[in-house]
Amino acid sequence: MKGHTTPAAGCRDVPVLKERGQREVFCGLTGIIWLHRKMQDAFFLVVGSRTCAHLLQSAAGVMIFAEPRFGTAILEEQDLAGMADAHDELDREVERLLSRRPDIRQLFLVGSCPSEVIKLDLARAAERLSSVYAPNVQVVNFSGSGIETTFTQGEDACLAALSRELPETDASNLVVVGALPDVVEDQMRGLLEGLGIPYVSVLPAQRAGEHPAVGPNTRFILTQPFLGETHAALVGRGAQHISAPFPFGEAGTTAWLQAVADAYGVRPDRFDSVTEAPRARARKAIAAAARDLTGRSIFFFPDSQLEIPLARFLTNECGMTPLEIGQPYITKEIVGPDLDLIPEGPVLSEGQDVDLQLDRARKLRPDVTVCGLGLANPLEAEGLTTKWAIELVFTPVHFYEQAGDLAALFARPIRRKNLIRAMHPNRMEAAE
Amino acid sequence: MKLSVWTYEGPPHVGAMRVATGMEGLHYVLHAPQGDTYADLLFTMIERRDHRPPVSYTTFQARDLGADTAHLFKDACKVAVDRFQPEAIIVGASCTAELIQDDPGGLAETMDLGIPVIPLELPSYSRKENFGADETFFQIVRHLCGPLERTEQITCNLIGPTGLGFRHRDDVEELTRLLWEMGIEVNVVAPMGATPTDLTWLGAAHFNVLMYPETGEAACRWMERELGLPFTKTVPIGVGATHDFIAEVQAITGLDATPDESRLRLPWWSRSVDSNYLTGKRVFIFGDGTHVMASARIAHEEMGFEVVGMGCYNRELAREVRALAEEMDVPCFITEDYLVVEQACMDLAPEMILGTQMERHIGKRLGIPCAVISAPVHVQDFPARFSPQMGFEGANVIFDTWVHPLVMGLEEHLLHMFREDFEFHDDNGASHHGGKIDLREVNAAAPDASGGSTMHEEAAVSLPEVQADGSIVWLPAAEKELKKIPFFVRGKAKRNTEAFAAEKGVTEISVETLYEAKAHYAR
Repeated sequence: MKGHTTPAAGCRDVPVLKERGQREVFCGLTGIIWLHRKMQDAFFLVVGSRTCAHLLQSAAGVMIFAEPRFGTAILEEQDLAGMADAHDELDREVERLLSRRPDIRQLFLVGSCPSEVIKLDLARAAERLSSVYAPNVQVVNFSGSGIETTFTQGEDACLAALSRELPETDASNLVVVGALPDVVEDQMRGLLEGLGIPYVSVLPAQRAGEHPAVGPNTRFILTQPFLGETHAALVGRGAQHISAPFPFGEAGTTAWLQAVADAYGVRPDRFDSVTEAPRARARKAIAAAARDLTGRSIFFFPDSQLEIPLARFLTNECGMTPLEIGQPYITKEIVGPDLDLIPEGPVLSEGQDVDLQLDRARKLRPDVTVCGLGLANPLEAEGLTTKWAIELVFTPVHFYEQAGDLAALFARPIRRKNLIRAMHPNRMEAAE
Repeated sequence: MKLSVWTYEGPPHVGAMRVATGMEGLHYVLHAPQGDTYADLLFTMIERRDHRPPVSYTTFQARDLGADTAHLFKDACKVAVDRFQPEAIIVGASCTAELIQDDPGGLAETMDLGIPVIPLELPSYSRKENFGADETFFQIVRHLCGPLERTEQITCNLIGPTGLGFRHRDDVEELTRLLWEMGIEVNVVAPMGATPTDLTWLGAAHFNVLMYPETGEAACRWMERELGLPFTKTVPIGVGATHDFIAEVQAITGLDATPDESRLRLPWWSRSVDSNYLTGKRVFIFGDGTHVMASARIAHEEMGFEVVGMGCYNRELAREVRALAEEMDVPCFITEDYLVVEQACMDLAPEMILGTQMERHIGKRLGIPCAVISAPVHVQDFPARFSPQMGFEGANVIFDTWVHPLVMGLEEHLLHMFREDFEFHDDNGASHHGGKIDLREVNAAAPDASGGSTMHEEAAVSLPEVQADGSIVWLPAAEKELKKIPFFVRGKAKRNTEAFAAEKGVTEISVETLYEAKAHYAR
């Protein structure tokens, strides 16, 4: 299997192009959009500006209109005048919120750019409010501000804050870290159960009382590559990290499961019997979508922080050639195993100066460009084929049964372009 | 501090972006942290723009705050001017940058960029998107325009259309045609489509057409004062308003040519007997002030609806909307809290909502049809086809748009007549909206002892049938009778009956009370 072969020279040690300039990315508040659906008794209260509220609404597309379990306490002029006021105001808003939503068990006070700049101490507020509403409601603080966090990093900040609050245990357990869609989480649990791994729990759990306990005999493994701070927080609690490539595609999932199996001394025959059938299914599903991908080039603008693991999947399992892999920030400790598997060649870039990066993409004219929603239509208008990155965090893409769907997400824009090529302004180019 | 779940307007710098993105040859350098670039997708996704908005964000980070964020701003200005070569730039701060007080305007003015630099002061913690657009366009006009000799022919400017506006693209086209038929050419359309150089020609027109007070009024007032350009006060949305607008333009210009009215269909469509069923439909109207006021007039005078309440989210037009509500003797809601609007819809139980995308969702939750009349916009508000709100074609479009969500006239009668039919019943909604037909079980329809039907006791009805506060109680038979009334008039029947009961001092509503109330309110 191709994906299992470590290339002679991977990308772990290639020099990284570091850029600093205009960044076309969301801030960490965006993570609330999926976290609030995952944690069903949690409310996310952003303490910020009208801009924060507008961002959440725009990123959510105004389409999710069940009463959301998030909101923004919008700072007004009088709040900026004196700090004592801001805390009183916050207490009042929290009281109103919790009396209206008695089902809430976890309240996250989420810091924003303005609250950070005016140094509103939300950690203190969380402590104060926790003592008021304990034991019914736990109040936790994290920051999703754009001056500190990028897009998916908001989930990292949230889970890191939770990690510091988790109960202590000496028991031996495995914590799988990262918010996954329920159907994917069930599949993952099924696989680990098949391998005979005992005491598996997930962070975040669906409900407040179900978050795992951690301690020196805890082992944990990440399902998302953006969880660097959570990783550090869990290590700080004495837990041991199982390092692995991320579970995208057939090979990624197998390598991820293998790392767990190795840590627990699972016998190879058991591993094979559990993984054989889903591996075959995944390979078949990927092969169907990969027909449109093999031999094509791909360019990643930095966005979801999934770029390196996805480049690994698309290179090794779908036959694509990455030209540039941009990621908002690169933590080699976490994405190192994936970098090892990507053959040397692509430019690895960290941070962004969007106009310079657009110049590079225009020059290279990749077959597929992965980028945010602000860039996709403009690049399509220039004749490039794009895949919006946000779909990758809103769609179930992890583990075996989603491997084909993941490949198909990248194949669809190519198939679509081909189907409607007769209308293309430059038909010669479209026919290529 | 105020808790907000959904907002009708973005922050004021988004208003400035709507002006900059609508224009050409203008660049906006925005002092802002990472993440504020989310606003780009409003334009590239919702409006399907094929270019990035002309905005450079300085993207400062936490580690810059202790050091020097001012140089980041100056670098961004220089790079933007070099790369995009705009004719002018506007500079300003988003909410976070406002707090660090770098004074983008002052910094840019010292840079000697060789092009006009227009500083914006948009207070993020007290004002909102519409103010941002209005103020930005006003500042640009004030910086670039001066008095000019008038054009030989009578010309006008169309003022107010921006990026991300509700049907602005098509309103411009419709008005341009209407004015052309009156012998008036358009001098400049702005902000939409204009370059800074085009704006310097504004003063050559004979008058301004203020299309959207939300985004163009400050500039029109300034041009009236400084350039002597009168501006039109009527927004030509609806048949009556379009006629008033034509009369206003004739008064300003002294021309008496009238535009071709043969394409105006709303009056006949409304008079034709098929539209009888529209009579007295109770509508609730909410949106931006301009569209709400225009819609109230259309609803009342042109569709034959009954307006039961109205309101707007932009406080700038609160006074006018309040005055109109008072004149029509209906409750008025000036609020940016959608929960207040939702409560109003529940209390008033209208048969239709004319609102924004927010009210469309409220209507969906409450089972009330809704037609969208105003921003905030959604990808569906940018149809591929020509679909204006203004002028004669606008009136035609509005007739179709408002009738579409309703159950059709004849269908209404059939639902009244065959309301117990197992496959043709009102829980299925309007037949032209698709959706799966819910077949009721035939054997569930056995009549109970009271002579009513026992079926669909738990049918999804979003309006509560019985008062929760206990002041008036519905007896079971009356409640059952109420449920037999088709959904599109059930709310009205419930409300009328309760009002009638309260008036008569009746605390228990029986079937008798229901029909007495019906007779009492019979039109």
